Amino acid sequence: MANAVAYEQKHSPNYLNATRGIWSWMTTVDHKRIGVMYLVSVLTAFLAGGIFALLIRIEHLTPKRTIMGAETYNQMFTLHGAIMVFLFIIPSVPAALGNFVMPLMLGAKDVAFPRLNLMSYYLWVCGACLALGAIVTGGVDTGWTFYTPYSTTTTGSVTWMTMGAFVLGFSSIFTGLNFIATVHKLRAPGMGWFQMPLFVWGIYATAIIQVLATPVLGITLLLLVMERAFKIGIFDPAIGGDPVLFQHFFWFYSHPAVYIMILPGMAIISEVIPTFSRKTIFGYRMIAFSSIAIALIGFLVWGHHMFVSGQSELATTIFSALTFLVAIPSAIKVFNWVATMYKGNISLEAPMLYAISFLLLFAIGGLTGIYLGALSTDVHLHDTYFVVAHFHYVMMGGTVIAFIAGLHYWWPKITGHMYSETWARWGCALVFIGFNMTFFTQFILGSRGMPRRYYNYLDQFQPLHAFSSYGSFILGGGLFLTAIYLLASLRGPMNAPVNPWGGTTLEWQTQSPPIEHNFEGQPHATTPYDYREVVETHV
Amino acid sequence: MSTAVVHDHESGHESHLQHHFADSEQQAETSKLGMWLFLATEILLFGGLFVGFGISQIKYPEAFLAAHEHLQKPLGFLNTVVLLISSWTMVMGVWSARNNKQKALQMFLLLTIACALIFLGVKYFEYSHKFEDGLLPGRFYTHSPMSDHQFVFFSFYFMMTGLHGFHILGGIGVLTWIYLRARRGEFSSAYYTPVDLVGLYWHLVDMIWIYLFPLLYLIK
Repeated sequence: MANAVAYEQKHSPNYLNATRGIWSWMTTVDHKRIGVMYLVSVLTAFLAGGIFALLIRIEHLTPKRTIMGAETYNQMFTLHGAIMVFLFIIPSVPAALGNFVMPLMLGAKDVAFPRLNLMSYYLWVCGACLALGAIVTGGVDTGWTFYTPYSTTTTGSVTWMTMGAFVLGFSSIFTGLNFIATVHKLRAPGMGWFQMPLFVWGIYATAIIQVLATPVLGITLLLLVMERAFKIGIFDPAIGGDPVLFQHFFWFYSHPAVYIMILPGMAIISEVIPTFSRKTIFGYRMIAFSSIAIALIGFLVWGHHMFVSGQSELATTIFSALTFLVAIPSAIKVFNWVATMYKGNISLEAPMLYAISFLLLFAIGGLTGIYLGALSTDVHLHDTYFVVAHFHYVMMGGTVIAFIAGLHYWWPKITGHMYSETWARWGCALVFIGFNMTFFTQFILGSRGMPRRYYNYLDQFQPLHAFSSYGSFILGGGLFLTAIYLLASLRGPMNAPVNPWGGTTLEWQTQSPPIEHNFEGQPHATTPYDYREVVETHV
Repeated sequence: MSTAVVHDHESGHESHLQHHFADSEQQAETSKLGMWLFLATEILLFGGLFVGFGISQIKYPEAFLAAHEHLQKPLGFLNTVVLLISSWTMVMGVWSARNNKQKALQMFLLLTIACALIFLGVKYFEYSHKFEDGLLPGRFYTHSPMSDHQFVFFSFYFMMTGLHGFHILGGIGVLTWIYLRARRGEFSSAYYTPVDLVGLYWHLVDMIWIYLFPLLYLIK
């Protein structure tokens, strides 16, 4: 009987076997296929960025030269940062998982503009090629922030890399635009704004930032390229430009971009925690509104990257106060997630293990952000490893861990295969231990005065640096293991049930993997996070 | 299988309706929302240039004042009038589509394209005049010593009018595409969303010029 069901599932039509051949994928307008294409692409970028990270950590095993020269080292951390931010984290959750899941959650057949969606993907590919061009033509050593005046005078391939980021920006803008229109216009009949799953709220808030902040990055990078090519006199102080203006322009995008990165992560956690606690989400409206609040306040805090750049004292004080303000909606979310787990019927499967890891790591990342938002401490911690540790706790401990949680949560839906739960738990343990060894050490290094981006360091930091590097090897091993068992699951039977976790959102009502048009007939909105029936049937 | 049949039946009369929309109204509203969002990104794209211009002007007020005297106000004024007329012809084009006036739609689209070409022609004369006098951006500027910072004004002048010019070129492209579709009789009161969307885009391009003209040519 089970065999018959498995056989039927394997041969029943789904989005993977609806049409065949490489061309049918290259020209597809199906949001699910585009999501899968994004997933493969961003994970490739993650692998590249991760290899650069490991090379950096190997170099830091000893205080002087270990495996590479100083100039190569500068290129390594620049490429690590630029690839991870622009090619991996920003598109990871929205463009890969969001593309696949969001229309399903809304009960829609596709996103609002399917062809624009495909174009976004190809813009990502173009941007990746330009970044590759930057590596081939000599590399970039400016750091991912491209600060002037160094970026306007260095002989590195800054133009290639910035044009890559420019094109990737448009990819991101079009994804955001597409998702806003989808959320507004393509919700299933009966689905009001407050019947939407919280994942959709998070992706929606992200999309607002993508649309409103990214164009400013676009024009900033264009001006930077013009400054390099024509010496137009806006950023280069040698000809009367203002380098701090570049920092303002850059962070006007790139601080909101931090929320482009973390909001989708939070959106995944809002799905995983109620599902594995078998309990209605606590404070639905507060979580939904806090996403929007983070998106809006996030536009007003960019100056906290520039406390030591020569901003006026009044400006720094205001930016510091606004920075504390943005902590409130983030904390609201964390308290609501914890309250959801309280007295819940918790099961510790891989997505939930990652979600709990997220709560711990994001709490540390968020709280250390308060040290850095406070003027008196930031002056000392600015440009030290403390900052590096802080944003890795938020970006990797937050977003990437949430991304992996989401990847495990929706893996059966996307591929139709169940992965090995045992290996998944081992992978999660290795990632969690490795991550904390790598980055908690860097808080200590930073508070003792280890500056970031330095090639050499004082001998006294060697034990901590080495410990951090060993941690990164464990982290890398954990991620490698994760890749292995996920890929291995694809060779197994198509055994994923329709709803393996007992989720209540609409994507769990269609088969795994879904049919080409998502649902048989038009689904109607349900109350999300109502687990009463689920608990009865699963117990 | 039955859903697919129903689906085909529903969309059988309206070939423009994409499969993921329930009806034409939903599709039109979605497209319009998408266009408005795109226009918002355009405003922010130019917004960066406006802010940069403002800050540089505060830094070098005398240089910007002296430099802007080199611009030919009558030609700038002429182009403003041309674009205002093109906005009117565009509105009339949309109105014609909505009222099933096929011939009028084609005529107004051609008039709009003509206005855009006139604008670029005038811009060509202005640019060549600047080129002759060495009033060029950045390191190509030769009209006066670099130390007086007038070159910064021309950097912004060429960046802003240049980016705007590319938008005019893009406008000519989409207007031509719409015109060719109009000639095939694709638009009627039942379906004219593309005309509407191109109209919105064209008005934004005009509006940006309405801000550029006084900022660059007139304000002292």
